[in-house]
Amino acid sequence: MRIRVHVTPRVGVLDPQGKAVAGGLKSLGFDEVGEVRVGKVIDVTVDGLTEEQALDRGRAMAAKLLANEVVEDFDVHVFAD
Amino acid sequence: MRFGVVTFPGSNCDHDAYHVVKRVAQQDVQFLWHKDTDLSGIDAIVLPGGFSYGDSLRCGAIARFSPIMESIRAFADAGGPVIGICNGFQVLTEAGLLPGALLRNQGLTFICEDQHLAVANGHLPWTSLCPEGLVAPIAHHDGCYFADEETLARLEGEGRVAFRYADRDGNVTPEANPNGSLNNIAGITNERGNVLGMMPHPERNAETELGDASGAWVFRSVVRAFLNGEVGR
Repeated sequence: MRIRVHVTPRVGVLDPQGKAVAGGLKSLGFDEVGEVRVGKVIDVTVDGLTEEQALDRGRAMAAKLLANEVVEDFDVHVFAD
Repeated sequence: MRFGVVTFPGSNCDHDAYHVVKRVAQQDVQFLWHKDTDLSGIDAIVLPGGFSYGDSLRCGAIARFSPIMESIRAFADAGGPVIGICNGFQVLTEAGLLPGALLRNQGLTFICEDQHLAVANGHLPWTSLCPEGLVAPIAHHDGCYFADEETLARLEGEGRVAFRYADRDGNVTPEANPNGSLNNIAGITNERGNVLGMMPHPERNAETELGDASGAWVFRSVVRAFLNGEVGR
């Protein structure tokens, strides 16, 4: 089983990387681009957990270490593979 | 007075800090390994600059779980003086010993240059002997200080901003802000003032061979505060 954690900058927190990427996309002709936020994806494989347990453990991992909630939001997904 | 300089895997300014405490501030000093937990006999802690754990995940995010950090939390709670410089500041925010966070520099580049600082509060244990303006090199990629509005207002209201980025005349201006830090913040303290975090490196400008030596006053300030009984557990 695989836990996937998405970590993104909180709304209101400066994201200079996102700004730079938005500028890059616009200069490539993607005129429809508004705001870009750059975050990260963390995959964690786990054994012996139900889907519900994996979600709980994933959220605990994110809150304790994988995200810094002062400046980042996270959401957690679980995949059976 | 005896200082302990903590070495994490990836610390690279620990020897600089050790040298300045010993040779410039002329105090006793020893290295502490990040797995140590016994701080008996230690009067002040230095969390030095560097790239603890290779900055994996976020700067300071892994180091905050090193065994020594729980002892340092207790040391700080008891009033012991702690300074976190650069990566040490990042470790202190990740550990929750100081509020806010250090984000990627606004210009996205690693910045390595001499930086003028204005002392925002000269009555703190770590600043009381500092001149109004200091020069301290910065060398970081993630030094943009951020805190939510409420936290920022509290820091400002309680005089917990220790240093701000300034120009050579001491003016705190947007142009003098190298990394996009809110309110030009270069260093802050906890509520009691015994824990200081700062991105610039005072230990890299503590002797005249390297500049005007003004960084030495940060260390001399805390020695004075300790000897006067203003800090210490």
